[in-house]
Amino acid sequence: MKQASILLDGLPVPFDAGQTIMDAALAAGIFIPHLCHHPAFKPQGSCKLCTVKANGRYVSACTLPARDGMEVENNTPDLNDKRRTLLQMLFVEGNHFCPSCEQSGNCMLQALAYELEMLSPHFDQFYPNRPVDASHPEVLLDFNRCILCELCVRASRDVDGKSVFSLSGRGINKHLIVNAESGRLADTDFDWADKAAQVCPVGVILKKRRGFAVPIGKRRYDIEPIARQVESLAARRADDMGHGD
Amino acid sequence: MDAPITQRKLRLATASLAGCFGCHMSLLDIDERLFELVERVDFDRSPLTDIKHCGPCDIGLIEGGICNAENVHVLREFRRHCKVLIAVGACAVNGGLPAQRNHLDLGLCLQEIYLTAPDIVGGQIPNDPELPLPLDKVHPIHEIVRIDYFIPGCPPSGDALWKFLTDLLDGRTPRLGHPLLHFD
Repeated sequence: MKQASILLDGLPVPFDAGQTIMDAALAAGIFIPHLCHHPAFKPQGSCKLCTVKANGRYVSACTLPARDGMEVENNTPDLNDKRRTLLQMLFVEGNHFCPSCEQSGNCMLQALAYELEMLSPHFDQFYPNRPVDASHPEVLLDFNRCILCELCVRASRDVDGKSVFSLSGRGINKHLIVNAESGRLADTDFDWADKAAQVCPVGVILKKRRGFAVPIGKRRYDIEPIARQVESLAARRADDMGHGD
Repeated sequence: MDAPITQRKLRLATASLAGCFGCHMSLLDIDERLFELVERVDFDRSPLTDIKHCGPCDIGLIEGGICNAENVHVLREFRRHCKVLIAVGACAVNGGLPAQRNHLDLGLCLQEIYLTAPDIVGGQIPNDPELPLPLDKVHPIHEIVRIDYFIPGCPPSGDALWKFLTDLLDGRTPRLGHPLLHFD
């Protein structure tokens, strides 16, 4: 029987039953921008960066199962404009000061901003007040950079079986919380060896006392743009992101 | 034979607002390309010329965000006089390091720095009328005036500034690709 395939920007891309548009694209080495998607975890489609146009409708590539003959637009000016706007909203909602962030150069949010040539935040900055949690002996939590992708939530719940993290609140008040009566990471059984410690696509969960082991300018996305790292993005397991441990 | 078309030299102004002059240092990092630059532009108001007020200009480069009343006046002067106004560096683009005071109360900051810090004896909060009043929050410059272009980076490299300026001077749409476009 003929292999089922979608037409991704006019290119036939084969897929197996049950694969999403994102799965098929990653397997074929085609980059679809994404933040909350991680191949080791169940997709949830919340960041909307992977929005594509499938048979004329805007859909999340990471959640929509591929269907034979489906026509999908991905790398188009229209979609990239919308994605850039989403990035700008993420940037102004938090406090993303790249020059003072240890994750700079390894950060997917920043790498996508480079890829989509986001030159300014465009909107007015929110400058929210989000105190850091430095209570844990090994790990610093800097909530200023959280983009609510829930990868740490999923990893802690589904892989570590600890449910250390959760999202709380609604709408613009939604924020990441730590599952302890005190709300402090030190009062949980969180450990640096946990999967949840390794999956943050930005710079929220950081190892203490290890700054600038790799100098700025020599980091993952400094070396090569994220769109040319599809193979390593597709091969990600829960333990090999950003932190380099 | 036709006489070569002589192009009018463009006028360029620069200023550092709530910045550290790092972006200006980066401009000097274009090194010997500075000679080519001064062939093509005349500098108006700039720390490099020490001209105090901006006249009619083609291009204005603004480093730094807005942290006090004087910054607002300087920025508006630039916007009035510059055909093309460019935000240069992280602080101009999103407030940068100075904006990291934004979640703190300004009054308490001044008190702690000038009155209650451990080694202060008989301190006072500076109140000379010549000092511009600080704003309660630091803002990126696009929140005050319309900005035509943004060059992110802390600082943007000399190469990035050169690429951007030469694109602009040659009439191309300025574009920074990898690896010139960076936020750190």
